Amino acid sequence: MTNEPRDMIVIKDLHKHFGNVKAVNGVSLTVQKGKVIVVIGPSGSGKSTMLRCINHLETPTSGEIWIDGVKLGHNEKELNETRAEVGMVFQQFNLFPHLSVLENVTIAQKVVRGRSKEEAQEIAMKQLTRVGIPEKADSYPNNLSGGQQQRVAIARSLAMNPKIMLFDEPTSALDPEMIKEVLDVMLDLAKEGMTMVCVTHEMGFARSAADEVLFMDAGVVVEHTTPEDLYNNPKEERTKLFLSQILQH
Amino acid sequence: MEENSPVPIEQEGFQAKDISWWFWAIILIFIWAIYIIATRENYQDAFQFIKAGIAVTIKTALISYAFAVVLGLLAGLGRISKNIFFNNLARLYVELIRGIPMLVLIFFIALVGVPIFVDGLNAFGAWLVKIGLGFIGTPLNEFGNSAFTMNSRAIIALSVTYGAFLAEIFRAGIQSIGKGQMEAGRSLGMSYGQTMRHIILPQAVRNVLPALGNDFVAMVKDTALVSVLAVRDITQVSRLYAGSTFRFREAYVTVSVMYLAMTVALSLLIQLMERRLNND
Ligand SMILES: Nc1ncnc2c1ncn2[C@@H]1O[C@H](COP(=O)(O)OP(=O)(O)O)[C@@H](O)[C@H]1O
Ligand SMILES: [Mg+2]
Repeated sequence: MTNEPRDMIVIKDLHKHFGNVKAVNGVSLTVQKGKVIVVIGPSGSGKSTMLRCINHLETPTSGEIWIDGVKLGHNEKELNETRAEVGMVFQQFNLFPHLSVLENVTIAQKVVRGRSKEEAQEIAMKQLTRVGIPEKADSYPNNLSGGQQQRVAIARSLAMNPKIMLFDEPTSALDPEMIKEVLDVMLDLAKEGMTMVCVTHEMGFARSAADEVLFMDAGVVVEHTTPEDLYNNPKEERTKLFLSQILQH
Repeated sequence: MEENSPVPIEQEGFQAKDISWWFWAIILIFIWAIYIIATRENYQDAFQFIKAGIAVTIKTALISYAFAVVLGLLAGLGRISKNIFFNNLARLYVELIRGIPMLVLIFFIALVGVPIFVDGLNAFGAWLVKIGLGFIGTPLNEFGNSAFTMNSRAIIALSVTYGAFLAEIFRAGIQSIGKGQMEAGRSLGMSYGQTMRHIILPQAVRNVLPALGNDFVAMVKDTALVSVLAVRDITQVSRLYAGSTFRFREAYVTVSVMYLAMTVALSLLIQLMERRLNND
């Protein structure tokens, strides 16, 4: 096994503007294979927009995104292929309510990967077991708790065998008692060597799983360092102010 | 009258909707009509004559509706498309249809639209013959207006008209589905079309099934309009009967009850379906 660094995500001078709003205003970042990056920052600072540019759910205004050595362009077919390699987990889960849990986890496998029903179901059950809810395979999303729904969403992404996982505040919509079950799944994933970019304010997760933490404000990366450094000795005033605010909770 | 009563009826433990006397009134009308038709010779005669149009009415409604669903789905997808050309085309279609009375549209499509289409086909055929593709060109060139019977023109007219109505229903249904569903589908690598087909449309159609049902009932009634094209639906047959026998009362009582039977039955079916959908 080679441990040569491999750039899984490269962001070069990314800008994304919505009219006059400069949601992302010049971000550059390189994420190596197996690294876990945590992104923090106040609401509206452009964290989600940056994340959504990585898989081109938002088309950047300017700048470049490279995924595992491939530059994303405008070709829809190529973008679809890239997106299949990049899992994304949303704050609001976004499970498909008209499909059972099992169907949620198999549909893209069948449609995108062309797997047979049997194969897709086998992989789905493996992933549902991994996130700890194989017994819910035949339930519908509306009958699950928030924590269970989010774990299904993670399983749904993992079933595509992604190279990268993006998390956009995966625990923000959860009741406190369910946060841990989702973070535990994410921690396992990090230990297994998944390349991850996580927007989350869960400091415990950042300290135990993150290799690097980014602090974003007003569309730019204000600080980019190790979790220890950022939480213990923040250098910028904006970072200190933000940390003091989230620590009050 | 109930609106004026000082005490709301609901307060007394029974509710206005529990009475449902309108429903029993309709049932009574049916019983009365069946009785009349069974016992009076004039009505029986009218019924025997008019029932010959039932098949045409039902066939026209069903076929037109099926085409309208396809057209409506395409136009509805066009209305939400980011492609400027398709978006405008769909909008143009919907606005044109909504801006013209249905009766005029039916005349226009059947008596102007279809002939223009046939002329175009002929010209295209002639051109094909000229460039040496006679084997396709000749039949197209010789295609006559008579190839389109009035019945098929009526179906085209109703389909095109209702397609525009259904487009708005489909558009509203698709837009009622949260943005997160499309994003989740796309982030899994599904294309726009695949996400539409597997994720958005199944949910959207389910949400608009009652509206689609209501429009089918409306379509059944609007098939009466095609009688202006001399299509022998129950309305046209009634007119013919009334005109030749002067039994207006018999003709129009009978045909009214026929429409009512169809629409009431369909409405009940739709309510049943809605209830089943709401239960799960
Ligand atoms: N689709 C959009 N249209 C217009 N403005 C948007 C859109 N998405 C995000 N924004 C704006 O961009 C800025 C950054 O938003 P976002 O990336 O969601 O921030 P965060 O995730 O850090 O809270 C905000 O001012 C937000 O209002
Ligand atoms: Mg956000």
